[in-house]
Amino acid sequence: MKYQYASQRKEYGRALVDLGKSRKDVVVLDADLSSSTRTADFAREFPEHFFNCGIAEQNMMGVAAGMAASGKVVFASSFAVFATGRCWDQIRQSIAYPKLNVKICATHAGITVGGDGASHQTGEDIALMRTLPNFTVGVPADGPETFKMTKTFAEWNGPCYMRMGRLDFPTVTDPDVPFKVGKGSVLRDGDDISLIGCGIMVSRCLEAAEMLEKRNISAQVINMSSIKPLDDALVADAVKRTGGVVTAEEHNVVSGLGAAVATYLVEHDPVPMRRVGIMDTFGESGEGEELMRKYGLTADKVVEAAEEVMRRR
Amino acid sequence: MVAYPDDVIAELERRANLIRRHVIRMTRAAGSGHPGGSLSCTDILSALFFKVMHHRPIDPTWEDRDRFVLSKGHAAPAYYAALAESGYFPTDELLTLRKLGSRLQGHPSRNKLPGIEMSTGSLGQGLSTSLGMALAAKLDRKAYRIYCLCGDGEQQSGQIWEAAMLGAHYELDNVTTFLDRNMLQIDGPTEKIMSLEPLADKWKAFGWHVIEIDGHNMREILEACDKAKEVRNRPTMVIAHTVKGKGVSFMENALSFHGKSPNDEETRKGLRELGEEP
Repeated sequence: MKYQYASQRKEYGRALVDLGKSRKDVVVLDADLSSSTRTADFAREFPEHFFNCGIAEQNMMGVAAGMAASGKVVFASSFAVFATGRCWDQIRQSIAYPKLNVKICATHAGITVGGDGASHQTGEDIALMRTLPNFTVGVPADGPETFKMTKTFAEWNGPCYMRMGRLDFPTVTDPDVPFKVGKGSVLRDGDDISLIGCGIMVSRCLEAAEMLEKRNISAQVINMSSIKPLDDALVADAVKRTGGVVTAEEHNVVSGLGAAVATYLVEHDPVPMRRVGIMDTFGESGEGEELMRKYGLTADKVVEAAEEVMRRR
Repeated sequence: MVAYPDDVIAELERRANLIRRHVIRMTRAAGSGHPGGSLSCTDILSALFFKVMHHRPIDPTWEDRDRFVLSKGHAAPAYYAALAESGYFPTDELLTLRKLGSRLQGHPSRNKLPGIEMSTGSLGQGLSTSLGMALAAKLDRKAYRIYCLCGDGEQQSGQIWEAAMLGAHYELDNVTTFLDRNMLQIDGPTEKIMSLEPLADKWKAFGWHVIEIDGHNMREILEACDKAKEVRNRPTMVIAHTVKGKGVSFMENALSFHGKSPNDEETRKGLRELGEEP
């Protein structure tokens, strides 16, 4: 399959600039990574509405909360590992508990950060954010969906987390389908098994579906960009039709998308399933694609998991 | 400088005393809570809520109100009493502190009770949120001020100093912060647990305008607030030297009353010392 590639970060920056043009209440904060997170694009256009907080994420989250309490729609960005883990208590106490309108939009999630190594990679951010009451958590699958999600979160009243990668992602979503909180989307129909992915792994699921087709297995592919709330209804429909699930995420399988889907299935509609993701380990330095292969984040792994689920059905 | 007539001072002192009695009764009724650190900042709260701040208790979200953030969230009993005495809610409700279903949570919750600007309790965070409010006020070209009340123990948190840098960097002269310097934290004297001094020099070095006062002298509190309003391009830190448990002899400087409520006998004795007729 031939894909267009687009940068999620660039689309995030573009969406922020768009918001800056139409809304006076939008402010953007960063912690000394604005050129990487692309909040710098907003800063150039709207310097008065941009506040660099320096390398001090805990304070940045508090400042974000205070601005939100004063009626601002606040976007706060950094790398995913720092924007969640470094300041989790500040997010919990000052943003989630008082339910303030802060959008934490983090880049460089997962292991495709690459050369920086495990200190700058993260397979824990979805887990950290989805366990917080009041939070909405989204993982866009590609550049265009990142743009849509940024706009949707700006309209959404309450704290949100959006997770972006560093690499350019293949464009897989339909430009005519809007992103809605609590909604996933079916990207490919199939009857034998459901492949539910988020982020860059959605494209790997599509690749896997092609490979499975050659083996006479008809795989449905779902882009679950709304992690919390999860699109329960879509998962229910999917398993009614296919009776088996493989989840795929560039995140620790402990408490990520797979865990969210598994929890729903165990309680409502138990079917055979497998999780593809980072197997409870830290990453290391290397090229993004190399790391994806080494840590099992490939279409091959999704195929393998799908075949195993098929055998158990 | 405004000269405050004696009767104004006397009235604020009377109301501070009222808050102190509430604190004793509330923590007694709750069976827990933090009387010591509530009593050390009572005079500051009285000055802010009954004189200094522009606010409308019948319209708690009035756009142009001054904002108050209690960074030392465990002083909630004194804060709630000041809010109730201001008219945000009935004083009868004060005795529901920490009870199931009460709006008066153990630590302040923004979405529970009118008048609470920010949920606090996890220490070291209220200054950052205050600065966020101050940035928003500047952006909106609003004249309201932000008042933040910090404890001394929480000066040990790194986030306080991250905030110190940001406040000076963005020249947030619309912020007046009080530091309730009562010298004690749960485990003991601050200088024994983790030395804070020289605190005034530290805040000056971070670019803040520093004022040192006796935190139980009403006139000094009011004058510090006036001075802070005149400072340009720098936030103000008022280091208020206080006594933990102030006003109740057996609670003063007593470590045990950091996080313990008085028993019946102590309650009677405390209220008597605060001038309540039996």
